[in-house]
Amino acid sequence: MTPRRKRMLVVFGILGGVAASVALAVVAGRQNISFYYDPTQVALGKAPATKRFRIGGMVVKGSVQRKPGDLTVHFVLTDFAHQVPVTYTGVLPDLFREGQGIIAHGTLGPNGVFVADEVLAKHDEKYMPPEVAASLKNKGGVKPRT
Amino acid sequence: MWTWFYKLASPPHAYRSAAAMAPWFLAAAAVMIVYGLVDGLVFAPPDYQQGDAFRIVYVHAPSAWLSLFAYTTMAVAGGIALIWRIKVGYAVAAAAAPIGASFTLAALATGSLWGRPMWGTYWAWDPRLTSELILLFLYFGVISLRQAFEDPARGDRAAALLGLVGVVNVPIVHFSVYWWNSLHQGGTVMRLGKPHMAPSMLWPLLAMLFGFMCFFGAVLCMRVRGEILDRERQSAWVRELVGA
Repeated sequence: MTPRRKRMLVVFGILGGVAASVALAVVAGRQNISFYYDPTQVALGKAPATKRFRIGGMVVKGSVQRKPGDLTVHFVLTDFAHQVPVTYTGVLPDLFREGQGIIAHGTLGPNGVFVADEVLAKHDEKYMPPEVAASLKNKGGVKPRT
Repeated sequence: MWTWFYKLASPPHAYRSAAAMAPWFLAAAAVMIVYGLVDGLVFAPPDYQQGDAFRIVYVHAPSAWLSLFAYTTMAVAGGIALIWRIKVGYAVAAAAAPIGASFTLAALATGSLWGRPMWGTYWAWDPRLTSELILLFLYFGVISLRQAFEDPARGDRAAALLGLVGVVNVPIVHFSVYWWNSLHQGGTVMRLGKPHMAPSMLWPLLAMLFGFMCFFGAVLCMRVRGEILDRERQSAWVRELVGA
């Protein structure tokens, strides 16, 4: 074996070894790396019952209720398989609206209501002008989340 | 079999080629970035959800893409230098690292400014954001490891090895938004299939993307020239060049 071939093997050996160990670590720690749990995982009891965690899902249309004269808001999160009711007191991000993906951080109460102390809005990777979004909505094609 | 390869990578040859390429890269970058900025910031329509704030994408996405591209360039150049003992490879790796670190910093900063109005937070320990931050620290590690040795040749080899080990982070940054639940949205342009963007918004973004790549090429050529001159300062051809 020439020295060059040997060095080549060493370099690719290091690459392969590091890639394999990172892949194993990633598979082992899958849930710890994820940013949030979805309502199905919460319904199956996979989310921590006593600790704070994040829950992510879509705000169900027509579920948002505000108390007059208060910043408290109630809404329901869904992943289209399970639903979790959420209550939150505070200022909501601009993108928070019905049908929008959001992530709430807080604890799950014994009554099954998630009490959030932070709400973040997710947006998707689609970009289009408002006219295009409106005409898509009218045609009933790709449903824009507004 | 490999003689042409070594000849191409001889320091004086690389020094001259870099000088010849730099102005072309710079001119192409100027044309595309000026068009991309004007069309993207002035003429492209506002987004249906994010309004005018989406225009940060024209700086954020190309910076993020270049942060990965520069890292891969650096790792490949270091790997070539390790395997074939080509000194110019180390010069390219050393020249690419600070440029890549700057793009990473730009991606993190613009993303943070975008996150505040849209997500509601400047920072979250989301898989995409965290892996991009690790990328920045990898750049810092490679840059400082190179200077940590008395013998520059050992510093070069150590930095190239760290660069190669860290290259596993590149696919992690890219695929983090698909492998895990994340706050960051999925890819708009760098994905299989059609981009998720209206053409009137997409053209300036693509121009910015290629403009940034040409800008990287131009700065890399200039920095590689400096690296080669510094590394070859004792050699006859450099002495002749500077008339010493």
